[in-house]
Amino acid sequence: MNRTTDLVIIGGGPAGLAAAVAARKAGVQDILILERDRELGGILNQCIHNGFGLHTFKEELTGPEYAGRFIAQVQEAEIPYLLNTMVVDISATAGGKTKIVTAMNKEDGLMNIEARAVILAMGCRERPRGALNIPGYRPAGIYSAGTAQRFVNMEGRMPGREVVILGSGDIGLIMARRMTLEGAKVKVVAELMPYSGGLKRNIVQCLDDFGIPLKLSTTVIDIKGKERVESVTLAKVGPDRKPIPGTEEEIPCDTLLLSCGLIPENELSGMAGVTLSPVTSGPVVNESFETNIEGVFACGNVLHVHDLVDYVSEEATAAGGRAAAYLKGELEGEGSQEVTIKGEGGVRYTVPSTLHVDRMTDKQVVRFRVGNVYQNCDLAVYFNDTCIQKLHKKVMAPGEMEQVILLKNKLQETENLTNITIRVEQPTA
Amino acid sequence: METRELTCIGCPLGCALTVTMNGEDITVTGNTCPRGAEYAKKEVTDPRRIVTSTVRVTGGSLPAVSVKTKSDIPKGKIEDCILALKNVSLTAPVHMGDVVLSNVADTGVDVIATKNIL
Ligand SMILES: Cc1cc2nc3c(=O)[nH]c(=O)nc-3n(C[C@H](O)[C@H](O)[C@H](O)COP(=O)(O)OP(=O)(O)OC[C@H]3O[C@@H](n4cnc5c(N)ncnc54)[C@H](O)[C@@H]3O)c2cc1C
Ligand code: SF4
Repeated sequence: MNRTTDLVIIGGGPAGLAAAVAARKAGVQDILILERDRELGGILNQCIHNGFGLHTFKEELTGPEYAGRFIAQVQEAEIPYLLNTMVVDISATAGGKTKIVTAMNKEDGLMNIEARAVILAMGCRERPRGALNIPGYRPAGIYSAGTAQRFVNMEGRMPGREVVILGSGDIGLIMARRMTLEGAKVKVVAELMPYSGGLKRNIVQCLDDFGIPLKLSTTVIDIKGKERVESVTLAKVGPDRKPIPGTEEEIPCDTLLLSCGLIPENELSGMAGVTLSPVTSGPVVNESFETNIEGVFACGNVLHVHDLVDYVSEEATAAGGRAAAYLKGELEGEGSQEVTIKGEGGVRYTVPSTLHVDRMTDKQVVRFRVGNVYQNCDLAVYFNDTCIQKLHKKVMAPGEMEQVILLKNKLQETENLTNITIRVEQPTA
Repeated sequence: METRELTCIGCPLGCALTVTMNGEDITVTGNTCPRGAEYAKKEVTDPRRIVTSTVRVTGGSLPAVSVKTKSDIPKGKIEDCILALKNVSLTAPVHMGDVVLSNVADTGVDVIATKNIL
């Protein structure tokens, strides 16, 4: 089966949904959302805890409720979507400006959809177990935290009774609370780094509330058990992240959850020739969330991993609007001066990483993460070599996304602007 | 006199708070801004949480539906709330917002579904 459409959105999670609604509002009639799952909503369907939408709706919603609000908007706008439909390839038509999105499902089999623009919104997946660098046999009882979350929250099944969690990312923290409430004993959360990768509120509400210890600079060095996990051995690590002999501690348990972080889902993007950032593993984009391939946009966790869904919705709304502008031929100014944005001195990356002054909106949000915990420092922004703003920060941590806002008129006032640098600096006292 | 150590969740700074309770008299130290003191006072006098969980469903597309307490309940009632939900079993269809259990654990708060199971 073959069809054509103006805009294909790959992924029906919060990013895809918000992008679709924004594109429709901006006048794009012919939109198609492709989702491989049996329902819309993405990862939020398994995130049944509250804490979503504090910024967007000024309410603490659960994941499914937050997704529900956007699903309702998509349905109200009568934006078509296909479920159980997996996108397997994206390619450019020969010479033309359009893209061919190849997808498959049971009813239609393999289909080629010719699209004038594509928005990538495939979300992210968990880092594979390889992160657990232990030789030898893998008994049953080792799960990624996200898989455990799916079991418990969607299927109502418990993966085990006595649990050790490796990694203090948010999913691990949330699962510590969830499994405790369901009657399991979570013995410890071990974190390799000297700081937690999760949000502070999750440490308080998921660990402290239940007296679950968090051991920093600690890793798993051995797993015992043939059929099923019987115990794991923890050890402290030094600054080189290598185990320190003599600090071993064996903890009996039947389950080990791995919460080793998330990574953008970019196999498709790679196949399509989209340039990926070595830092985020997500596409490199400009001010319009457009990748190096004209007409291919990206937003949400496929672009860089977010901890707050509110920011995903905001970013996706912007991306949907820009894709609409592209379709209407309004994303002109390609030829105008391109400005590079880079992160330095603790700023690991920036989204976007380039911008065209003529194409930007009045305010451009630049989002990024820092590589370490910084206290009492300045976030400095340089236009070429001139520092134009300094923002004092009491604390910044890798677990929380940061942002600066660039004003178009400020950029226009700067002559021969070629690069913008964002940097963490110690204040000169 | 009693003291407690808390971490403020008001913002990413996560100040380490020390709360000293002397009968009615509560003093908070370690907070960088007034929100920290407010949080600590509430936390030591009337700590509350929204509780989320799942409830069994038969005849639907999935065997469980996610639920939450409609508003926050006293922290000490969390366990009773979870136990009460273990005895609930629903039949599809279940709609977002449906009351799953009213006045859970005598808190005066209802538990509602947070997802559609059709
Ligand atoms: C476990 C967990 C807990 C979280 N907790 C919080 C929280 O407490 N508060 C908060 O604000 N935020 C939280 N977040 C963050 C927030 O939920 C995410 O940032 C947000 O869901 C990302 O949206 P997305 O649309 O980019 O990705 P997703 O929700 O992952 O959606 C991507 C969609 O694309 C589909 N897809 C992927 N590949 C294909 C393909 N090839 N073909 C078709 N479809 C495809 C997937 O099936 C999925 O539905 C949490 C995230 C996780 C993972
Ligand atoms: S006391 Fe104020 S500054 Fe400190 S964590 Fe709480 S809200 Fe933030």
